[in-house]
Amino acid sequence: MSVVTLTVNGQDVAVPAGASLLEATRAAEANVPTLCHLEGLTPVSACRLCLVEVEGSSKLLPACSTAAAEGMVVHTHTPRLREYRRMTVELIFAEGNHVCAVCVANTHCELQDMAVTVGMDHSRFPYQYPQRLVDATHPQFTLDHNRCILCTRCVRVCDEIEGAHVWDIGSRGGQCHIVAGLDEPWGQVQACTSCGKCVDVCPTGALFRNSDTTAEKQPNTTLPALLRTAREQRRWHNQ
Amino acid sequence: MTRTVIIDPVTRIEGHAKITLHLDEAGHLTDTRFHVVEYRGFEKFCEGRPFTEMAGITARICGICPVSHLLAAAKTGDKLLAISIPPAADKLRRLLNLAQLTQSHALSFFHLSSPDFLLGWESDPAKRNVFGLMAADPDLARAGIRLRQFGQQILELLGGRKIHSAWAVPGGVRSPLSQEAKDWILDRLPEARATVTLALELYKKLLDGPLQKEQRVFGDFPSLFMGLVTPKGLWEHIDGGIRFRDANGAVVADQLSEDDYAEFLGEAVEPWSYLKFPYYKPLGYPDGIYRVGPLARLNVCDSIGTPWADRELAELRQRSGQTATSSFAYHHARLVEIVACLEAIEVLVRDPELMHGRIRLRASLNRNEAVGVSEAPRGTLFHHYKVDDDGLLTSVNLIIATGQNNLAMNRTVHQIAQEYIPDPVPAGAEIPEAMLNRVEAGIRCFDPCLSCSTHAAGQMPLRLQLLAADGTVLAERLRG
Repeated sequence: MSVVTLTVNGQDVAVPAGASLLEATRAAEANVPTLCHLEGLTPVSACRLCLVEVEGSSKLLPACSTAAAEGMVVHTHTPRLREYRRMTVELIFAEGNHVCAVCVANTHCELQDMAVTVGMDHSRFPYQYPQRLVDATHPQFTLDHNRCILCTRCVRVCDEIEGAHVWDIGSRGGQCHIVAGLDEPWGQVQACTSCGKCVDVCPTGALFRNSDTTAEKQPNTTLPALLRTAREQRRWHNQ
Repeated sequence: MTRTVIIDPVTRIEGHAKITLHLDEAGHLTDTRFHVVEYRGFEKFCEGRPFTEMAGITARICGICPVSHLLAAAKTGDKLLAISIPPAADKLRRLLNLAQLTQSHALSFFHLSSPDFLLGWESDPAKRNVFGLMAADPDLARAGIRLRQFGQQILELLGGRKIHSAWAVPGGVRSPLSQEAKDWILDRLPEARATVTLALELYKKLLDGPLQKEQRVFGDFPSLFMGLVTPKGLWEHIDGGIRFRDANGAVVADQLSEDDYAEFLGEAVEPWSYLKFPYYKPLGYPDGIYRVGPLARLNVCDSIGTPWADRELAELRQRSGQTATSSFAYHHARLVEIVACLEAIEVLVRDPELMHGRIRLRASLNRNEAVGVSEAPRGTLFHHYKVDDDGLLTSVNLIIATGQNNLAMNRTVHQIAQEYIPDPVPAGAEIPEAMLNRVEAGIRCFDPCLSCSTHAAGQMPLRLQLLAADGTVLAERLRG
């Protein structure tokens, strides 16, 4: 197995060829924050929290979808990156309607945890208070667009792991939102197998089980990696 | 020139309010108004949310009695699911409400109202508060604070936190009572009993002495009283039927269902207050004035059902009438209810069923409309939800205890002002602070929670204004 060697925050690390910069930063225990990234799913660089500085590049690069290359010199926690990460989280909060106190995901929310991680105690940007809907048409689950941060974990897990491809992104710009089927009520989408994987991987309270009340949501974000690994290694008896 | 006295803000209550005393051109009192000047809009912004969130959302209406909203919302949710919750869950919810009544009544009596009785109506306003009480009688103040802590601690033992827990859910409750928590409650009960015994002795002495006049003039008028009673007519705080009793002791209506509240309760609106004016529909507005809360619960029940509380109830009735009509008796009623709560807490905690069996049922939506009721510390609380077929709220109506006492609070303020404000008020005369304090104290009898009743933001200071006939503010007191 060939490896590439690079420097992360002054520390030399070696990772397998083809590994991402995010894997390299983790090898260096640099703890780069992520929201949209999830082991087992294809990276999409949606949240922009894993941006890092690479010497020789004028742009900030998303660590999750940039391949580690030989000789790279990477910085993960410069003052500029810390400021951008905090701004990013503030903008996410300002863009939607996030009310932690009454949310099903309170105390189990990756966005809430991320606010603590980046040191956000308020948003410097005006809250938009968008008018968004709640889709409760599914008999078991609910989608609350107010809490959606468009990480697309649900889109990817449904497509790549479950194989049902119920979810997509509809509209453009600030109007972007998750759509079920052909922008139908979720409960009417025949492709949905009601497996609940989208609910399990959602980092916020946007997707939840109908019986969940305040702070009761229990995510299961290790599922995609577990299933993907099991398939790749043909762990099932009938494979 | 006519005048208006303004008390703004009213202090030592929960929320924002002001009182205006209107004088005619000769300086005679013509009208008094208790204005609630805050607005929150919970009923509107809850629309579109899943009904399962209502327990968590409506608990946030108030930091004093979140439990009341939690229970009313959970009960409404039970009815939308069309299920009966398991016995253990019912008893755990009861325990929660008893603890809530205890802590809220302790707060009202020791922290908010007793400084008036114990330090004196004329005492320095800067010291006429719980800190002044600590300086004057530290043992009593400490005991009162620990009594409230006893109730608060039970809330935490059950719900995981003292305020804004979301522990009661449609279908039951989230977690059982632990053995350690049960032991702690039993361990602290004797101290709580001793404190309320002390408070009752102290208060009865005051009633026999310096508070005789207050008992007579602080809102003593005939009205209906409303509260929950068991099917046998005993004191109740979470289930049962609604009973109305009049000032003569006659039962006007009994075992009414909360589902039919719109048939017997109307809500009037006045342009000078955000607080609605509920009334008993068969008698119309404003003749259908009724009172809710601790005094009303004790007036409507035949008895409480536990020995010590029944003895105290008998004494209250002996002192204040079989149906006590003085609003000042609310203070006494609060102490009697603490006794009832402590006795009921002990019975519940020793009940083996409390600790065994299912505590939560899960079901899908089975109804589109439901009304839930509970007895909050300040009186009967209704939650009325309508939902679509997906369980999203299309309509929310909350009828809050303090709102139902609105007519009575206005009448109480008027009666006190008539008694204590000089008649006529000389032109340009200042109204003494002690008189204004008594007017405020009339409101405190009801221990109003305006944050809840207007479903408002912020703290609750109170303003009192003296207004001329042309609306000019002649005198004003602002405290908060």
